Amino acid sequence: MSGVVINEVRRGFYLDSVALMRLSRVIAERAGVEEAALMMGTPTNKRIMADAGLLVVAGQAAEGGDLVIGIRADSQARANEVLQEALSELDKPAGHGGAAPQWRPRSTRAALKQVPDSNLALISVPGDFAAAEARKALRRGLHVMMFSDNVSLAAEVALKHEARALGRLVMGPDCGTAIINGVPLAFANAVPRGPIGLIGASGTGLQEVSCLIAQGGGGISHAIGVGGRDLKEEVGGITTLMALDALDADPGTKHIVLISKPPAAGVAARILERIGASAKSFTICFIGASDLALPVNARLADTLKAAAEDALGGVGLGTGFDPAARTGRPTPERDAVWGLFTGGTLCAEAQVIFRAAGQSVGSNAPVPGALPLDRAATGHRLIDLGADEFTHGRPHPMIDPSVRDDVLVEALASSRVGVILLDVVIGFGAHADPAGHLAHVLTAHRRPDDVRVIASVTGTDGDPQGRTAQAAKLEAAGVMVAPSNADAATLALACLGCFPVRDPTSRSA
Amino acid sequence: MEIIERANEEAIRRMLAGDPVLVDVIPAEEAIPTLGDRMILHAGPPIDWARMCGPMRGAVAGIACFEAWAPNLNVAAEMAASGTFTLHPNHHFDAVGPMTGLTTRGQPVMVVENRAFGNRAYCTINEGLGKVMRFGGNDAEVLDRLCWLRDDFGPAMGAALREMGGIPLKNLVARGLTMGDEMHQRNVACSGLTLRQLAPALARAIQDRDALARCLAFIGGNDQFFLNIAMAMGKAIMDPVRDIEGSSVVTAMARNGTDFGIRVSGTGDTWFTAPVEMPEGLYFPGFSEVDANPDMGDSTIVETVGLGGFAMGAAPAVAGFVGAGLASEAGNFTRTMAEITLAENPEWSIPALDYLGVPTGIDIRLVIETGLAPTINTGIAHKEPGIGQVGAGVVRAPLACFRDALRAFAQTLGVS
Repeated sequence: MSGVVINEVRRGFYLDSVALMRLSRVIAERAGVEEAALMMGTPTNKRIMADAGLLVVAGQAAEGGDLVIGIRADSQARANEVLQEALSELDKPAGHGGAAPQWRPRSTRAALKQVPDSNLALISVPGDFAAAEARKALRRGLHVMMFSDNVSLAAEVALKHEARALGRLVMGPDCGTAIINGVPLAFANAVPRGPIGLIGASGTGLQEVSCLIAQGGGGISHAIGVGGRDLKEEVGGITTLMALDALDADPGTKHIVLISKPPAAGVAARILERIGASAKSFTICFIGASDLALPVNARLADTLKAAAEDALGGVGLGTGFDPAARTGRPTPERDAVWGLFTGGTLCAEAQVIFRAAGQSVGSNAPVPGALPLDRAATGHRLIDLGADEFTHGRPHPMIDPSVRDDVLVEALASSRVGVILLDVVIGFGAHADPAGHLAHVLTAHRRPDDVRVIASVTGTDGDPQGRTAQAAKLEAAGVMVAPSNADAATLALACLGCFPVRDPTSRSA
Repeated sequence: MEIIERANEEAIRRMLAGDPVLVDVIPAEEAIPTLGDRMILHAGPPIDWARMCGPMRGAVAGIACFEAWAPNLNVAAEMAASGTFTLHPNHHFDAVGPMTGLTTRGQPVMVVENRAFGNRAYCTINEGLGKVMRFGGNDAEVLDRLCWLRDDFGPAMGAALREMGGIPLKNLVARGLTMGDEMHQRNVACSGLTLRQLAPALARAIQDRDALARCLAFIGGNDQFFLNIAMAMGKAIMDPVRDIEGSSVVTAMARNGTDFGIRVSGTGDTWFTAPVEMPEGLYFPGFSEVDANPDMGDSTIVETVGLGGFAMGAAPAVAGFVGAGLASEAGNFTRTMAEITLAENPEWSIPALDYLGVPTGIDIRLVIETGLAPTINTGIAHKEPGIGQVGAGVVRAPLACFRDALRAFAQTLGVS
């Protein structure tokens, strides 16, 4: 207690003791200050200050309603400076600390107390915990959308059985997209409401079809995601069947589109039987499937584009777009297309179109008829960058488009690649500017004059990124932008002088 | 599951039905007939001298002198070390005590009767701020005050309460919540309301004007006078909730400065303990974290009934003890505690939270499920004996005791 002690008393100035303790700490931490306190001048407080060597004659005279400032500093000058600081802090108008953060519930239970009439829980926790959270939500009467992946098949089966018994829908696990009553959930686009209901095992499939329907002037009643494994034998299509029941009973839904990879045979039979029992019309798009015996009220579409066209009642989409008119052939040795997709189903759709054109194609996620990459004979490679080998420990390329950068640069440097085929998926949940990112990478690297870059934008102008604006950024970077993913794949083939044997983008009915 | 839901509904029913009334002040040996010679009740779960923290040792030595079991503090400490005194938790004798929380036969205790269930709970009289025994103080001034409480103040307050027919507490606390009290760190309003009701009866009970003035000044000068009443009230409310088979509701939380302990309705009288944590807080001038004793006292009974840290939204300034300290954030503490409680008390509501009822009935399952430990508002004692309070702050109950309790609870239901 070697320093200089000064006191200042403000008569009749009251401040809450906790506020004073906070201010005391701030003042005591100033350079050159040994100890400091601001306290109301009650006998107890004055004694505490005296014990701390902070009370001199001026302060001793203070009464309970007075504020005492005590400062012990290494010099008189420093003590006075800090006193002025303390006084100005006291006089500073309060209430400028910024608003407190809005309280957010931690549990489903607490969230339900806040919004008691909610009926759906979106679960996006690590896979190990997702099933338990889903079960809690189900038992509170909620439908569940499980964005989480890495949930075991056994857990999915058990959850879906429990949900079915409760009359609740489990969308997922690994369900990326849904639109319920016009509310987009997870990755989804701003599409108008209308009479077409969608059910999909694939997120990007739902996004592409809903956006193409919007492009064609149609609208969506609901888009129900079921998760990538729902149509496996083990799960038995529980969610798909419940979704079919729901849309069949929904007066706002006139036509239903079902989008999936080819289901297990037994599951397909049950699904088609259920469809046959409905009075509504259906479009079935089992990407890569053929030879299905369909009920009379259902038609098969080979591609997402064909599915959208069929759902719109046969409206042709992208009719002003002529691939043949836009080709400029690369030199003959550049005979390979590399497709680098962020959307798994967009990658599958492109493979179907390549196969329909008689082209051999390799993929890390091959559709029936395509080859695994290590066995691909020719140079066409259509890669799903959302597959586990690319996303392990990092975000999905729809969230972080830089996942595509390395392989894009590799394609640009290859002497065999004549066409680079890309998808850009926008909407809620997606990266804020995926086209801008792509354009930046493309302009930052040298591209031979005869290499074509082709893309499509899955999205609408109602999306935060804006479809037109995204397309403009791509075109400014020298990218040919097709009206749909299917059209982009067709254009890629046309650039190599290759046209489809049959037009896979037309209706197959 | 259904057994648990039914049991917990019953637990909440009993909590909300509680009708606590402050009825009397009587000597502890009269209130607790089994409280014998050289027997000391302390805060928290059971502990022996060897594991006791500094302030509690200081208080034990002081109370031994007060009871004339030892001639001075040094001898008292030696006697304690050699096992001369029998030590038990307050909670085992219908009592609670703040901080060190010592109760011995010669001290006066306030009596709160739960008129809905007929049970009584006891707590000593709050000694005031500064150097006091509950924070480990034990010098002549501390002991003199204890004698005055025993000889003058206690009997007078008891007479006044008897003449009045008691002070109903549920309504008083409800008013306190609307006036900025949370009943753990803030008892300014309730202390004032109590004084307002007690003063006329005290004036009739005490003939000597100076003696009356001293009693009135003692209550009026102690912003925490009501804390001990709130604690006895909490104990009186929670005791009827004990021993409901299948109930996962916490019936007591208490700390002895070394261990934090909880009791759960469905697991009877078992204490589940874990090392106490250090409060985050602010210190009086001349003191800092290095001087602080870890968390201590039976006062967490007020959190157990939904007050204290659970009612932070009623006392916004208290949020200043932690983090950014925004008073506007205080309500978030209350809302967060509702994540681990089963009900809201419709009779104890907080105006600034649009009359949200205080979170009531801590469920150990919810604590473990959410990972949210109860928030406790507390004073901070110096870690050395005899010095007293050095600050105040906010602390979390350790999760480990809830985890252990949940395991034992599951076993009572045949789940392992």
